[in-house]
Amino acid sequence: MARRAKLILQAAAVLVVALLVALLGWKVAEQEEGRGLSAALERGERPHPPPLTFETLDGDETISLADYRGKAVVLNFWASWCQPCKKEAPMLQETWERYRDEGLVVLGIDAQDFRQDARRFVERYELTYPIAYDGNGKSLGRFGNTGFPETWFVGRDGRLVGEHIIGEFDEEQLEENVQAALTTATR
Amino acid sequence: MRRALLVGALLALSLVAAAGASEQKPTLAELERELICPTCQTTLELSNAPIAERMRSFIRARIAAGDTKSEIKASLVEQFGESVLAAPPKKGFNLLAWVLPLAGAALALGLLAFALVRWSRARPEAAEPAPASANGGPPLDPELERRLDEELARYDG
Repeated sequence: MARRAKLILQAAAVLVVALLVALLGWKVAEQEEGRGLSAALERGERPHPPPLTFETLDGDETISLADYRGKAVVLNFWASWCQPCKKEAPMLQETWERYRDEGLVVLGIDAQDFRQDARRFVERYELTYPIAYDGNGKSLGRFGNTGFPETWFVGRDGRLVGEHIIGEFDEEQLEENVQAALTTATR
Repeated sequence: MRRALLVGALLALSLVAAAGASEQKPTLAELERELICPTCQTTLELSNAPIAERMRSFIRARIAAGDTKSEIKASLVEQFGESVLAAPPKKGFNLLAWVLPLAGAALALGLLAFALVRWSRARPEAAEPAPASANGGPPLDPELERRLDEELARYDG
């Protein structure tokens, strides 16, 4: 009986350790996926972005990148407390207005921020492009982002294209990458 | 014994009262220790990130408005998710974080008690003392005893 109890205890201990190792592996793999995206773009590859779904800033709908298949997407991660984001917002709005009829979507992802602060930011800069809300910032790690702002570009075929811009972009950089996204084939 | 029980009860009561006061009238300092800055992943008290400053001003405003500690934490969890809490809530899957260390400690104590009982039972059998000699001294080697008996027999004979 004592031998059987000992075996059960040993099996339970091994199971717990295996579960913890699996959890650690999953977490590391998730982080590596994000880091790998930027490196793949630099090598000239075109990986798929992580398949994420977000709440809208108003919280009444969800937004997924898959919803924009066939369109070029500027994916801008921002927060209301981020200073460079304040300079980028008018440029993003202008780009959205200029290219939306050609099939461009600007998608702002407000992360690690108070919802009400983000709403005030949107009102202040009169942003009309879609804004997703990621309060706990879970999407940041999936993309391998390390700060704010960071910008990615998705082609019409749903794959990443152009540069991963870390920090504030300038107009020329934005235009160049928007063109790269717009000129990708649908498939 | 009674005095010890009384002191224990008074101590428990004072702890409960302190926890109640802290829940009803929290301070910024204690909330800073119990919340995590989402960008730097340290407790709020150690962070000077812009979002940490914003969280502090939010907490100050909520304290001034008379919110309880739970209400302030709940509104921050609504914004930033449960990862904003330094200690996971005692419910759902997070309950494991509280239960597992206690279960581990209980299991370790149980195993220790089990081993001690077995050890104390096994000891008298394993270390059973050999019968003492007639004069209370240590027992003789059997060979030596045999030779001694022979010598004594020869002497008696």
